[in-house]
Amino acid sequence: MTIALPVTEVTSKLNKELDAGIIDAKDNTILVKSGSLKELISFLKNTPGLDFDYLTDITSVDYWDYFELVYQLTSIKNNHKLTVKTRLAGRENITASSIVSIYKGADLQEREIHDLMGITFEGHPNMKPLILWEGFKGYPLRKDYL
Amino acid sequence: MEIEPVDVSKVCIFPDQGVDRIEGEAIEALKSSCGVPYPDKTEWLTEQAGKGSLLLTTVDAMLSWARRASLWPVICFPACCAFEFVTAEASRFDMSRFGMEIVRASPRQADLLITAGTLTWKMAPQVKRIYDQMAEPKWVIAMGSCGISGGIFQSSYNVVPGYRCLFPVDVYVPGCPPRPEALIYGIQMLHKKISKGTLKQG
Repeated sequence: MTIALPVTEVTSKLNKELDAGIIDAKDNTILVKSGSLKELISFLKNTPGLDFDYLTDITSVDYWDYFELVYQLTSIKNNHKLTVKTRLAGRENITASSIVSIYKGADLQEREIHDLMGITFEGHPNMKPLILWEGFKGYPLRKDYL
Repeated sequence: MEIEPVDVSKVCIFPDQGVDRIEGEAIEALKSSCGVPYPDKTEWLTEQAGKGSLLLTTVDAMLSWARRASLWPVICFPACCAFEFVTAEASRFDMSRFGMEIVRASPRQADLLITAGTLTWKMAPQVKRIYDQMAEPKWVIAMGSCGISGGIFQSSYNVVPGYRCLFPVDVYVPGCPPRPEALIYGIQMLHKKISKGTLKQG
């Protein structure tokens, strides 16, 4: 079974080698600033010993005051996993940085989040509807959608 | 740490943007034109078979026998009711007893549309097209809760609330999903309806 990585070990490494903008770290979850997310995930993927070579999932959650993006990373090589979260304030024109250039598998998941939650990913090469059709009004998975 | 640039246009296939726009326009046009569902015709339930002149009655009886004894369904299985349909087709229930063992892949060779499953608006233009391409005379069985009214997805943002928004439905088979026996009963009801049809009605 995949083991959740002790989060203190990761954060000490991150703070030592990178200005990662970590806000909180507990329960195998790192909460970071949205600006430094791409850099941090790239670091997690490419650092020996961490080697998070597989992106399990990207999810977004609507908490009314803010949106939360949840990235679940797995290392097949080292058999451990980690969750990275980031928060985006506001409800209109929300943007986050795309990680398609790091994990190709993020392509469809970011498009799905764009469809259903209305979060635009900057740097995504093909940010257009995936599940819904062109011209659909609104974002169905938001809490204020009818 | 430096991020390696990846030329995504080489590793991913992106379709033409115009295709998406045309698709979206078609869906929106269909959605706005499907406001009022088609009314159900129930007169045949109380109608007596074999009315009219003697010659036409004989021809009608012959014709409707030929029509009902070789109903060929077309493939239109958007969701899970399809498995019940497959079971009804397979050896245990054996729908070929009613002369309908062949499921046609082409709507032009079929005269029965069994709508087995939830239909989303994104798929609706294609199903409407299948119905339009079928040759007359044609019949429709709405199978399952989703086919009848949208079922549990009725108020959803992307589900068609029943196939009767798109085209008239002859027989409804309730259930989620209906048992193969229920589907076969529905087909027998359709046989009754066809046997009451006349040449004049088409």
